[in-house]
Amino acid sequence: MKPRGVPVLLEGAKSRPQAILSHYRERIRTFNSRINAFITVLAEGEADRMPHAGGGILGGLPIAHKDIFVTRDVRTTCGSRMLADFVPPYDAAVVERLAHAGCTLLGKTNMDEFAMGSSNETSYFGPVRNPWDLERVPGGSSGGSAAAVAAGLAPVATGTDTGGSIRQPAALCGITGFKPTYGRVSRFGMIAFASSLDQAGILARSAEDVAWTLRAMAGHDPRDSTSVARPVPDYVEALGQGVRGRRIGVLENCFDTGLDPQVGERIRDALRVLERLGATLCDVRLPHLSLSVPAYYVLAPAECSSNLARYDGVRFGYRAPGARDLADLYRRSRSEGFGLEVQRRILTGTYVLSHGYYDAYYLKAQRVRRLIREDFLRAFKTVDILAGPTTPTPAFRLGEKTEDPLTMYLNDIYTIGVNLAGLPALSTPAGLVDGLPVGLQLIGGDFEEALILAAAHAFQGATEWHRLEPPGFEDSES
Amino acid sequence: MKWESVIGLEVHAQLLTESKIFSSTPTRYGAKPNTQAGLIDLGYPGVLPVLNRTAVEMAVRFGLAIGATIGRRSVFARKNYFYPDLPKGYQISQYDRPIVMGGALDVLLADGSVKRIGITRAHLEEDAGKSVHDLFPESTGIDLNRAGTPLLEIVSEPEMRSAEEAVAYLKGLHTLVRYLDICDGNMQEGSFRCDANVSVRPLGQRELSTRTEIKNLNSFRFVEQALAFEMERQIRVCESGGTIIQETRLYDSDRRETRSLRTKEDAHDYRYFPDPDLLPLDLEEGFIDAIASALPELPRAKRERFEIRYGLGAYDATVLTQSRELADYYETVAGTDGLDPKLVANWVMGEVLAGLHRDHLEITGVPIAASDLAGLLARIGDGTLSGKMAKEVFEAMWSGGGGADAVIEARGLRQLSDQGALEAVIDTVIAAHPAQWSEYQAGRDKLLGFFVGQVMQATRGQASPKLLNDLLQKKRHPPS
Repeated sequence: MKPRGVPVLLEGAKSRPQAILSHYRERIRTFNSRINAFITVLAEGEADRMPHAGGGILGGLPIAHKDIFVTRDVRTTCGSRMLADFVPPYDAAVVERLAHAGCTLLGKTNMDEFAMGSSNETSYFGPVRNPWDLERVPGGSSGGSAAAVAAGLAPVATGTDTGGSIRQPAALCGITGFKPTYGRVSRFGMIAFASSLDQAGILARSAEDVAWTLRAMAGHDPRDSTSVARPVPDYVEALGQGVRGRRIGVLENCFDTGLDPQVGERIRDALRVLERLGATLCDVRLPHLSLSVPAYYVLAPAECSSNLARYDGVRFGYRAPGARDLADLYRRSRSEGFGLEVQRRILTGTYVLSHGYYDAYYLKAQRVRRLIREDFLRAFKTVDILAGPTTPTPAFRLGEKTEDPLTMYLNDIYTIGVNLAGLPALSTPAGLVDGLPVGLQLIGGDFEEALILAAAHAFQGATEWHRLEPPGFEDSES
Repeated sequence: MKWESVIGLEVHAQLLTESKIFSSTPTRYGAKPNTQAGLIDLGYPGVLPVLNRTAVEMAVRFGLAIGATIGRRSVFARKNYFYPDLPKGYQISQYDRPIVMGGALDVLLADGSVKRIGITRAHLEEDAGKSVHDLFPESTGIDLNRAGTPLLEIVSEPEMRSAEEAVAYLKGLHTLVRYLDICDGNMQEGSFRCDANVSVRPLGQRELSTRTEIKNLNSFRFVEQALAFEMERQIRVCESGGTIIQETRLYDSDRRETRSLRTKEDAHDYRYFPDPDLLPLDLEEGFIDAIASALPELPRAKRERFEIRYGLGAYDATVLTQSRELADYYETVAGTDGLDPKLVANWVMGEVLAGLHRDHLEITGVPIAASDLAGLLARIGDGTLSGKMAKEVFEAMWSGGGGADAVIEARGLRQLSDQGALEAVIDTVIAAHPAQWSEYQAGRDKLLGFFVGQVMQATRGQASPKLLNDLLQKKRHPPS
């Protein structure tokens, strides 16, 4: 019961890279049908197309990419019927960088359609199941990546986080999920959902594994105008800083209502661990945080309605057969190619941008967004880290919330504010409630990735939660 | 009732950048369909736009040239609508924060007066592709070569009151963008396109009436015709008690009429919002200053300078400054020692422009170099050539005959201006026509023409007309 971390794998890969690759391929063959974590699994040899595989700082590390990152010659579906047969002619920046660092691609992971969802139930390729309880959701939208790492089908997987899509599934699957500062990792080749909120990140077993991977992924990319030109610190090196002397603000907003009391207890326990490690705790309230969900569900759909306009059946993607005319081609390609949640958000977004509603919705939500960011920045004048639960409850049952979008949206209540503010944040395993994992969220100031990774690393050094494996998925060789 | 028309123009000038506004794809015109459309231009999943710096510089250059305010922060916005030749389902444009705000263009009208036309704004945007409807019998072709080409949309105030003023403004703008080297001005290829907003109102009414927008005006002539038609149509509707509906109309140059394309009811709701893929464009003062200090002499300044330095009238100065290249050509010739700038103006505006027009050439492709034209005109000045002979030499030089002296030599076109030689010819002619000579000497002035003709015939036209005249006068009344 001691899953191997990235440093160990890299050491092993020096002498026997094929054995490591085969090990994960074998586990995918054995377990994927139970959890449906992968949409596309690369066959032997297919992965070798990666031009730089083998060398580099992550030489020989197997990796799974969320199926939102385009991969040259490898189908990239974004979890949608719209792109079910789409084979991109280029690699996303994230894919390129990790391949350059030596990662070998295992396959493409399942996800909510176009990253819109919190349970991985909106995927055209069927829901992913939570390895901790196959009747429960893994969270979303990076549910496939989270489940794959939790079940030991991949040591590391990429994800994207627009409103919690890395941290929430990481929490529900008992792994470490990391969302960098907006602009830290290139969005080039990452299929857009809500461009001003989307950020690529990592799902892995531990903060240490995240640090190794992030070091290869982060950095300026001239092809993404929102990517930030700022040196990339050595996140691995910085892990040793620990958490001693850090001031941690406990986000009291998250303990008000809606939080499962048992989850609340685990989080309080985890905070005491951090205190024992030398951090000082204080209470923080962000006055506008409660407005995150409504602001998000105006802004994200607005951007999505525009970003998804290109899927019109004309150049690529699904085209409805036998259309009578142009309007019919558009209507049918989009009605048949997109699932219901995507259509709901496109309609919402179109509405809030419409003439006469723009000021009342879009502009107001932008103002709220600014207020929320100011709340965070004010807090970071007195604390180094903000902490709280990642989700209000552990994993819920499949189908439990699909009928009620609003309840589903509230699952992201603790994570969404971070995206609106553009800050880095992570979720680390912090205990179990009725046998289901609970996540502790740590939030940092702009570009303070190293600081929260070091805190999580210290926490993981003092706890065993991140080492737990879901029953039935134990990696014997580990 | 007397009517007044109110016209505002929206001009789309395609910027002369090497690559597209948000990608590195080349922008050459006339390539095979869809060979100049990269993944970014095609709006492939995952691609992102990166702003072309040169396009920004060109927009700033234009703004400075019209005395506008340069937006220190401008914002790119998405204009959302569905159309097959719009790959992303939105056009990246600028909406409430354009890069160029305000400014004006002084245009010269036919009566020699100058009118100042306000320019509301100019903003950067990407072009769409083209739908090709006549290539396939059952379907429409899409050519995305043009998608993502940088455009500067220049919006005027509704300050023009006639088709003539509109055309004068358009020509002024056309000259300016070429001076600034930001647009080739080619209207046939669509790199300089114009839409017009037109309304009519009873003379004296202050508020604006309902307007229509006319699209597809791809020549100065069409602008004039379309505006004339549309104003007349609107007046007819108003006078017969009808009302003008706000609509977009298309100009049909074959039938010389405008017809309704879509009314306001089918107007798009473009759902503009700031493009989250592009940060606001912030311009440093130093960036703007550097562009300002590198601005060329602008058409108006050049025109005024030509009037003063070369003593030209407003019309001549306007014609000669219509492009930087033509003005440079004129100045090279006119600046040659000993040449009369007015004579040079006549030749450039006459022979040179006529030749270019006849052979469908631009001034950049003129067959006679400025120094060669100067050489030719010098031969008029020194009496070697008559005006008529000079035109013959000019034609020969135009068709590749070399410099003026070479042509004069080769064709033996040297003007006979040697007094002794010419006198000898005159004496022979007089000897051959003694009766006419006596009549002439007796006072029949009309016979002067006869003798000039005879001498010209004998000298194959090479006699210097002035010298010939002088000699004939002298011989008619010989000093006794």
